[in-house]
Amino acid sequence: MENKTAYVTLSQSSRAKKMLHRIWFAISHDKAGFAGFCLLAAIIIMSVAAPVAFPLDTESDPTQILSAPSAEHILGTDHLGRDIFAQIANGGGELLLFAALAAVIGIVLGVTLGAFSAITGGKLDGLLLFLADVWLSIPRIPLLVVLSAFFSLTSVKLAVVLGILSWAGLYRTIRAEVLSLKERDFIEAAFMQNMTKAHIVFKEITPNLMGFIAVNFSLLMRSSIYSQVGLVFLGILPLEQNWGVMINQAWTQGVIYNAKSILFILAPTVMICLLIISLVWVGKALEDVCSPSLRK
Amino acid sequence: MKYLSLAIYLLKRLLKMLLTVLLVTSVIFFLVRLMPSNPIDRYVEDQMVQYGITYAEAQNRAAALFSMDLDKPVFEQYWEYIGKVFQLDFGNSLLSPGVPVMDIIAARLPWTLFTVGIGLILSFVVGIVIGAVMAFKRDRWYEPLVTGFASFLSAIPDFLIAICLLLLFGVVRWNGENPLLPIGMMRGTYSMQVTPGWNIEFIADVLRHGMIPILTYMLSQVGVWVLLMKTCTTSCLNTDYVTMAKIRGLSSGKVLFSYIGRNALLPVTTEFFMRLGFIVGGALIIEQLFVYQGIGLELLRATNGRDYPMMQGIFLMMSIAIVLCNFLAEVLYVALDPRIKTGGAGKDGK
Repeated sequence: MENKTAYVTLSQSSRAKKMLHRIWFAISHDKAGFAGFCLLAAIIIMSVAAPVAFPLDTESDPTQILSAPSAEHILGTDHLGRDIFAQIANGGGELLLFAALAAVIGIVLGVTLGAFSAITGGKLDGLLLFLADVWLSIPRIPLLVVLSAFFSLTSVKLAVVLGILSWAGLYRTIRAEVLSLKERDFIEAAFMQNMTKAHIVFKEITPNLMGFIAVNFSLLMRSSIYSQVGLVFLGILPLEQNWGVMINQAWTQGVIYNAKSILFILAPTVMICLLIISLVWVGKALEDVCSPSLRK
Repeated sequence: MKYLSLAIYLLKRLLKMLLTVLLVTSVIFFLVRLMPSNPIDRYVEDQMVQYGITYAEAQNRAAALFSMDLDKPVFEQYWEYIGKVFQLDFGNSLLSPGVPVMDIIAARLPWTLFTVGIGLILSFVVGIVIGAVMAFKRDRWYEPLVTGFASFLSAIPDFLIAICLLLLFGVVRWNGENPLLPIGMMRGTYSMQVTPGWNIEFIADVLRHGMIPILTYMLSQVGVWVLLMKTCTTSCLNTDYVTMAKIRGLSSGKVLFSYIGRNALLPVTTEFFMRLGFIVGGALIIEQLFVYQGIGLELLRATNGRDYPMMQGIFLMMSIAIVLCNFLAEVLYVALDPRIKTGGAGKDGK
């Protein structure tokens, strides 16, 4: 008995180390992956440093409304005369944080349900699969529009809702993956040792899904950013200051009719694109690491 | 025997589809009823704010307008609604009293289908061609550029593409004079001065107004098809049967179309039909952006006014479209792939 636990922890730690090593390898050897990693790191550093380095203008300045870029305001000012660059610097952190939160919730739900469902099989499996089918036939954004009427959604609540809503898609992919894993010898060995299902799912199966999880994490973050920004754009969510809110404000203030203040809407749009493309590149680098056909 | 099992399979699938739609309808029904505030409150609020009438008067007006009894127990309303849905009666809209929900949907849906559908088809055709070409030119310098751009397009949210297009065409003054297109052309479905009908003027106007939305849908989807087609073609190129066909000395055209094309198109076509289902419901944000009078904008309006029957009707349409297209994708996959034989058993994802 003691032997067995020692074996499990040892293999676990070495596996994690190997994984980290492989991730680093992928990121440093893949040009796009490296670029994405740098971009992501830059955005994170900027959002951490911004509140100190570039504080938001709290007061409006009526003499500087929608001004073009100048030495004082390198991206110009918004409809209340506040500096746009400070808003850009401060606006990314929250978006990233809550996208990550939503992705974590989605991954935990998807992996747990998918793996247990595939391992257990039988009626539960069939029921969950059917429910996932039903769930996936409700279009996502319209559903979110309806749901957002229920609570005054704050960022945290929205992240939780988004995480929970994304269960079905992930459940299906994880389930399919686990079904093929289930046939492997080491799972059979674990069953023969009469281990609990929880042990098999979290200690035997999840480590083998790490690559898959990493890729889906970046996918979920992307779709969460899409929903967050989309709902803000529709004017449904009164969120705090972030890039999506900037786009919405710029839109409702009609900056598209004024070519001088175009940066007010263009800057956050470009930033969101950069954030998403960095996520894509990092995700792709991780996928290359974990996809067995390319590992050798 | 073969036909019997096929019939049983189809029947089972049909039942499952019906059950799915029924469940979605029920979920949406209760969700919509549970939403805070209700149509009458919303209407009363509106009247008080807009016309400055008293609360009591506004409520009298509301009572006269809304024939629906919202004080009945929810479950009673639910059974009544489900019963009516089976008779294909979706009720009347609350916001435009007396107009059946289906009439409004029928008026709005063509606009959505027109823009999103054409965008999807265009992106499919363009994407497949580019993807297939890129699979053959994997050693050229421009291949990473094209693939990278495709993955960029497929990743960024479609409404950001829409904003970029809007800025590009409607706001920036390239030659110091006017923007490329008048911005009024990007709002609404057609100009006020033209009369709807089958005349040249109207059709041209509709096309002009639909141009930017269609371009948006096309750009946001084309990346997906390029990447998918490239992956599928590449994996087909390396298979034994393609090598064998080449060794046998078949013409390159025959290899390209019958051996590679047919196999590579299989997953792509399935994906196409899966996405087709979402075209009814996938255009909310872009329609709001361009004030395009489609089904998505109607849903937003209905949600703001708590127009229960309208919301239920639109959600029903959307889920029916998705379920139906998933079914089509499945059937098509079986029909196109000669390797799969429909057996009654073992097809339920076991």
